Amino acid sequence: MATFKLNINGETKEVDVDPNTPMLWVLRDHLNLVGTKYGCGIAQCGSCAIHLGGIAVRACVLTVSAVGNQEITTIEGLSENADHPVQKAWLEVDVPQCGYCQPGQIMTAAALLDNNPNPSDSEIEMAMNGNICRCGTYTRIKKAVQLAAESTNS
Amino acid sequence: MTLIKTKIGRRAFIKNTSLASGGLVLGFNIFNACKPEKAEEMATVEMPKEWFEINAYLKIGDNGLVTIYTPNPEFGQNIRTSMPMLIAEELDVDWKNVIVAQAPYHPEKYGFQFTGGSQGIRRRWEPLRMAGATAREMLREAAAQSWQVALEEITAKGGLLQHEASKQSAGYGEMASIASQLPIPEEVKLKEVKDFTIIGESRKNVDAKGIVTGQSMFGSDYQKEGMLIAMIEHPPAFGMTLESVDGTAAKAMPGIKDVVRIKSFKDGFEKGGFDTNAFPELVAIVGNSTWEVMQAKKQLKVEWKPITAYTETINGFRGKETINIPAGFESTDWHMAKIEELAAKEGKLVRKDGNPEAAFKKATKIIERSYSAPYLAHNSMEPLNAFAHVVGNKVKIAAPIQIPSLIVPTIAASLGIPAENIEMEIPRMGGGFGRKAYAHYVVEAALISQKVQAPVKLIYTREDDMTNGIYRPTYHATYRAALDENNNLTALHVKAGGIPESPLFADRFPAGAIANYMAEEWAVDSNITIGAFRAPRSNFMAGAEQAFLDELAETMGKDPIEFRLELLKQAKEDPVGERNDYDAERYAGVLELLREKAVWGTKKANVHRGVSAYFCHNSYAAHVLDMTMENGTPVVQNVCCAIDCGIVVNPDAAKNMAEGAIIDGIGNALYGELTFKDGVPQKKNFDQYQMIRMADAPKGIDVHFVQNEIAPTGMGEPPFPPIFGALANALYNATGKRHYEQPFAVERRIVG
Ligand code: FES
Ligand code: FES
Repeated sequence: MATFKLNINGETKEVDVDPNTPMLWVLRDHLNLVGTKYGCGIAQCGSCAIHLGGIAVRACVLTVSAVGNQEITTIEGLSENADHPVQKAWLEVDVPQCGYCQPGQIMTAAALLDNNPNPSDSEIEMAMNGNICRCGTYTRIKKAVQLAAESTNS
Repeated sequence: MTLIKTKIGRRAFIKNTSLASGGLVLGFNIFNACKPEKAEEMATVEMPKEWFEINAYLKIGDNGLVTIYTPNPEFGQNIRTSMPMLIAEELDVDWKNVIVAQAPYHPEKYGFQFTGGSQGIRRRWEPLRMAGATAREMLREAAAQSWQVALEEITAKGGLLQHEASKQSAGYGEMASIASQLPIPEEVKLKEVKDFTIIGESRKNVDAKGIVTGQSMFGSDYQKEGMLIAMIEHPPAFGMTLESVDGTAAKAMPGIKDVVRIKSFKDGFEKGGFDTNAFPELVAIVGNSTWEVMQAKKQLKVEWKPITAYTETINGFRGKETINIPAGFESTDWHMAKIEELAAKEGKLVRKDGNPEAAFKKATKIIERSYSAPYLAHNSMEPLNAFAHVVGNKVKIAAPIQIPSLIVPTIAASLGIPAENIEMEIPRMGGGFGRKAYAHYVVEAALISQKVQAPVKLIYTREDDMTNGIYRPTYHATYRAALDENNNLTALHVKAGGIPESPLFADRFPAGAIANYMAEEWAVDSNITIGAFRAPRSNFMAGAEQAFLDELAETMGKDPIEFRLELLKQAKEDPVGERNDYDAERYAGVLELLREKAVWGTKKANVHRGVSAYFCHNSYAAHVLDMTMENGTPVVQNVCCAIDCGIVVNPDAAKNMAEGAIIDGIGNALYGELTFKDGVPQKKNFDQYQMIRMADAPKGIDVHFVQNEIAPTGMGEPPFPPIFGALANALYNATGKRHYEQPFAVERRIVG
């Protein structure tokens, strides 16, 4: 066990956990930030995507000891009131079915648009290909990413 | 207006009012139960000071806000929006003044709270509208009494009660208190379809905001003071059971509380149809946090032993059935050999029309083709999980589960606690697809909680989830057609089977359209458990049948849509046999709509089209799939889909479901496969089990509904089965090669 001071969603949080604990479980079990989801635990599905220093990473394979003082953003901290352009686009297109994969999809899409505000269709596909949606909302996800890109560029 | 007798008594409505008593709505909903302050923030409308319960499904606030309790479990169909729409329509209230809350499990108040078989909206269509209509009548009655005017003169619309002659009006909120005291009317009038203002108009998912902000709403999100985390260890192979466990090393790991053995069924318990469980004896490990339990689980020393063969009686939807569970460790090679053996033998005759034997003898040409598909794992994105807290002889459950009522007798028997002492919340499910109808994990959580005397959240790892069983079975079908010298179809013979069940629907199209027809089936016993998987059996038969019809049409030199329409004309005008389970006219209607919307018959350079149609779950669905070849790889450019599911309650949500069914089907047809070696599932996680990803999804999907006034039929499942056929037929047109064995894409292209 060790104590870690983490910078999450603009707040400092302290946790006392095994240094090898993946951030996924730190968030879910210890900080009650349950928007970040467990889907595979081996970096294959993207359900656990969060931002680390502005980059989308898989929280299931990111140990708490590797975080240091880098800023973490989770789905709960993406915006104040569901008004991040990606969230707004998601609501507009009404993307979710079961919804379980969607926080991970949104975090991945938000990071994509930060780096590439005007992605082509194939760039969207490439960036989103690591995120599984078992319900099959891919066409809506793509539409929402395009819409978010348009809205931020206009 | 339709006059309908109310079947719901006042007593049933007022029995348990604790649920509806004032204040914010608790439970899993957008106003997250765990964080009320967040709920206030998110509410776009002001909360009323007081709520008045009108019936079990709704309460009205003094300011006119309406809370609607939606009865069924949600796993992505968006019934938490469409079911309240049914109530709001008849109540005649402004949709923006509606708050949706999840009803708890309560069969007396909410009937059969079952999400599956595409029956949700179909079964709730009338009862939920009646719940809204009775409330509207009571509000009108309240106004009539208050204003001392005749009831017939009161109108109720958009949340407003009016009496034109006396120029009096009041919001529903003002009359709610009086209305809540009135008796339930004996009869209510339901609206005519033409008067609908909410049903048939797309409404956004009421949970979308909660989803995109990561609110707690899924079973696995559940947190409770003092809650422990549990995991199970099940046998590594089918055909094995628990011998002994040594938990010493695991218990010595940090954060670990206990290692316990559990037994899911009491001896002599009569199983229901959803009590399927290959591994009723398990080891559970319990600790403070998920990560600690995961680590300690690796330290468990468990001895497993082979099972002995047994026979059991299952009392399910189809009555009592006896099934044989053989001992031994099965491998895919053995499955395939068995399939080959049984497919070559005569099957059990299920239906015969005319004289197929004679027709085949006389045939100038016989086409025979065989189709197969492997086992599939459901792979819902949210692995199985359940919260349970057993205190003395009281039980609290919160678990993602498709049929709460059917697991209650099992929980009660296993715990030795009366069924009426079991309370259940119904959180959202992160996918279900049939898998979460088999709630063994809820029984396990309850047994663990009882043993360790603490609230427990049981979490399956992805590996536990994928290797636990209850798969889509592996299937096989052989179709034979006899053609005469003029290339006319004179007989059709289908023989289908699977492990451990047959997928055959003997009375479905093209049965009824062919004078000489015969259908046979076979099955092989197995100890690998199977269960419902989105459109059970149809999800294989549609692909086989529709690919065969395509090949048949080609051989006969006919356009594939025209060929189907000719058969349907025959089935409509002069049907063969009496048990045909489809309506030939609706079936033809959906094909005609598809032909128009897909602009069938036009050719686009390098675009290869495949068509397919199917009837299941009381609805009709058909697709045209457009494919191009890019560097030798098939790319699905577009799927045009036509559906006849009667009245569509929430069109955009229904389209979302159809899009999902199409993508899900393409994924499973191309990649879905679970294999076994000596009883051990060969895929355990998504690095091995290939799922469809965005790059492989169609670039576009357009969904069209047949417009009619038929009461709603199934929607979640019907568009799924036919896409397998549309894909196979397009693949043939694109590659010149017919695809008979799923999965169609053998090469693995896994992206992490
Ligand atoms: S849970 Fe992290 S990628 Fe699947
Ligand atoms: S919406 Fe269900 S997994 Fe994506």
